[in-house]
Amino acid sequence: MEHALSLFVRTIFADNMIFAFFLGMCSFLAVSKDVKTSLGLGVAVIFVQTITLPVNYLLQVHVLEPLGLGYLSFILFIAVIAAITQLVEMIVEKVSPSLYATLGIFLPLIAVNCAIMGGSLFMQQRVGLDPMNVKAIANLGDAFAFAIGSGLGWMLAIVCLAGIREKMEYNDVPKPLQGIGITFITVGLMAMAFMCFSGLNI
Amino acid sequence: MALSKQTKEAFLGPLNVNNPVLVQILGICSALAVTVQLKPALVMGISVTIIVALANVVISLIRKSIPMRIRIIVQLVVVAALVTIVSEILKAFAYDVAMQLSVYIGLIITNCILMGRLEAFAMTNNVKDSLMDGLGNGFGYAMILVIVAFFRELLGSGKLLGFQIIPDSWYVANGGCYENCGMMLMPAMALILLGCVIWAHRSINDEEKK
Repeated sequence: MEHALSLFVRTIFADNMIFAFFLGMCSFLAVSKDVKTSLGLGVAVIFVQTITLPVNYLLQVHVLEPLGLGYLSFILFIAVIAAITQLVEMIVEKVSPSLYATLGIFLPLIAVNCAIMGGSLFMQQRVGLDPMNVKAIANLGDAFAFAIGSGLGWMLAIVCLAGIREKMEYNDVPKPLQGIGITFITVGLMAMAFMCFSGLNI
Repeated sequence: MALSKQTKEAFLGPLNVNNPVLVQILGICSALAVTVQLKPALVMGISVTIIVALANVVISLIRKSIPMRIRIIVQLVVVAALVTIVSEILKAFAYDVAMQLSVYIGLIITNCILMGRLEAFAMTNNVKDSLMDGLGNGFGYAMILVIVAFFRELLGSGKLLGFQIIPDSWYVANGGCYENCGMMLMPAMALILLGCVIWAHRSINDEEKK
């Protein structure tokens, strides 16, 4: 339990998906124009991550490893992710149309979000680690902690960037740097700020 | 063989005016993560070029028989199969580079350049144009990777492709007055460098337009 909690906090701050690994950059940059939309996408990412990562964990531990099919992991993981996003989209549409109205447009985007696939691939790397290592994912609880943590970290990053970009509307930025250029530099500065968490140890 | 204007455009466009990284902002994740050194950046650029070109060809060949509703999954499976092949080849012949690239090889699957090109180009164009488009986009991507990695490796560790470029005698430890910029090795600098590359690219292209 203690291990899962420490993994959870570490994944949000020190091993932040965006600032430490650059995962999910494309939608991160494209959708971070206002806070409300980015919050919606953030929630959708947490949602999908929390379902797909434990499923992939179970597949990795109970199917791929015992059968020695490690090289099939790319195809299997991406198929699971694509299928689950499709499934989640259909269920949300049926059960809660209001939630679908806010999340719906983002769900297809998430199938190709690197943060989701990256989360599963990191999980695969960390399964074999020594259980004492803070990064190790030793059981299903750890997999859940890692999934929710990485999703939350991603949401935190995108909401922060959207807030900054909303304020930056009024700034006088050199013309060729406007738009995407200055956004990159902003993210770089945010990443530097997040580096402070790298010594974090719980 | 004379290439038609459209084919040429498909190849040359992505190299500069329509660069996938700088203009379309695709494939950023891996572009930033693998650029600490020049060698992994080169390997990554070449792998992506091969995969984009082949995936474009395969999808273009079967484009008429893919049902519209499940096309995303078909595209993903084609790409995932190609990535698995490349990843196994890298593990066999360049193990240390494959380890350095770690998850980012697998992440070529979700590289937006692939899905973007397959959706926007290969689904509606013939095989030859698709091949050229794939090669062009791959090279455009590789070019940016190499530019960013060049500066990061040179300024961050004084080396290029693992060879020492800055003379040893320049370093403070040996009585000189030079120190590597450790900041360049941090993830943050990749973002800022790419921001500057975009800045330069935009100012040059805007001048041309005028």
